[in-house]
Amino acid sequence: MQTQNKLASFEEAVLPHLDAAYNLARWLTRNETDAEDVVQEATLRAFRYFGGFHHDREGRPWLLGIVRNTCYTWMQQNRAQELLIPLDESHDLESQDLSPEALLQQSADSLMVRQALEELPVEFREVMVLRELEGMSYKEIAGIIDLPLGTVMSRLARARKRLQKSLTSQMHAEAQS
Amino acid sequence: MSCQRTQELMHGYLDGELDLTGSLEVEQHMQECLICARAYRNQTALRSALKDISLYYPAPAKLRKRVRSALRQTNKAETPSRATAWRLLTVGASLACALLIAFVIWSALPGRFTPSRDELLAQEIVSDHVRSLMVNHLTDVASSDQHTVKPWFDGKIDFAPQVWDFSDQGYLLVGGRLEYLNNRTAAALVYQRQKHFINVFIWPSEQSSDSESQLMARQGYNLIHWTRGGMTYWAVSDLNSSELEKLTRLIQNQTPPRQQSR
Repeated sequence: MQTQNKLASFEEAVLPHLDAAYNLARWLTRNETDAEDVVQEATLRAFRYFGGFHHDREGRPWLLGIVRNTCYTWMQQNRAQELLIPLDESHDLESQDLSPEALLQQSADSLMVRQALEELPVEFREVMVLRELEGMSYKEIAGIIDLPLGTVMSRLARARKRLQKSLTSQMHAEAQS
Repeated sequence: MSCQRTQELMHGYLDGELDLTGSLEVEQHMQECLICARAYRNQTALRSALKDISLYYPAPAKLRKRVRSALRQTNKAETPSRATAWRLLTVGASLACALLIAFVIWSALPGRFTPSRDELLAQEIVSDHVRSLMVNHLTDVASSDQHTVKPWFDGKIDFAPQVWDFSDQGYLLVGGRLEYLNNRTAAALVYQRQKHFINVFIWPSEQSSDSESQLMARQGYNLIHWTRGGMTYWAVSDLNSSELEKLTRLIQNQTPPRQQSR
């Protein structure tokens, strides 16, 4: 491939997804500067692999897969302890006393939701960001995080349940104080 | 359907990722179960809370600039200088030779040509397999008796698939199901080996000749595809490939190959 052409077609195919790349990296690293470094590294990595990128494939999931891997490598080097938190694989049922939906609708303010999402373990955070913020299909998510479709659904189920629980308990606490 | 299952599947339902049967089952359960109905309302409330608030972090303008200039530099570094161009040329020439040899060997291999249609179909088949397990809709007719399963297909599809039970070899026939695959109706035979389920999809082949088994792996599932006696077969399971191959051989031994016209 001609190098000028390669650069031009890379920029055309991949750069429109820079927002998505940064958003994912920002949520996974939880830090602006780190997210920028990760995105730059991921983009350069993507550029190197670009010869193997087929144009009929979608640029966004492809780039996000690379961003995610770069994030994990970065976290292993810098914040390995975050990756060590074991995932609770139990499927707990909806508890009765928490979370009347009115409470959720009334007083969930943006800071609270942002914080609750940020505090989710990274495996839950990434599926929430890909599904709720990027609006990706289960199939695309499965491709990015390299897990079967069924696992994508059960992980989303647990992520949302956790998020809801942490929001409702925070709101209860606030209402009582 | 249990509450636990419903509260997992409702997320697929919420995201529009369930098939019709699964959606109906979830809806039906929620009509009857107040706890699950409430859980679902909570989830829709949570979703709208997430939608209302701007949680998205757009890339800062300075990052965009930074990435662009880093790309330009990398690109420049990749453009070879004159001195290295010679070296690259010789390396390139030997590489081209190696590639040519590799290509010749590759072309000689049987079954090498995997059109993207097969790839798409493989994806469709894995999704189908996962869905059949996800929504607990493995079988339309549940029986380990091949003489019950075979007649069940009559009149439902425009071909008559053969049905065999291999429970004495450890592959228990669980039942049959109708599927819509590759833009047509297909028969699905469901087998169980220990705790693993195997879907075998069958429909009349468009190809005129038989083809050998092709093994592939997608998303952690093994798939085996072959054409024999005018029928296309796809077997899919999370079973290991050698045990899946054993089942396909059992089936192949029961089906006559297409007669060669001379």
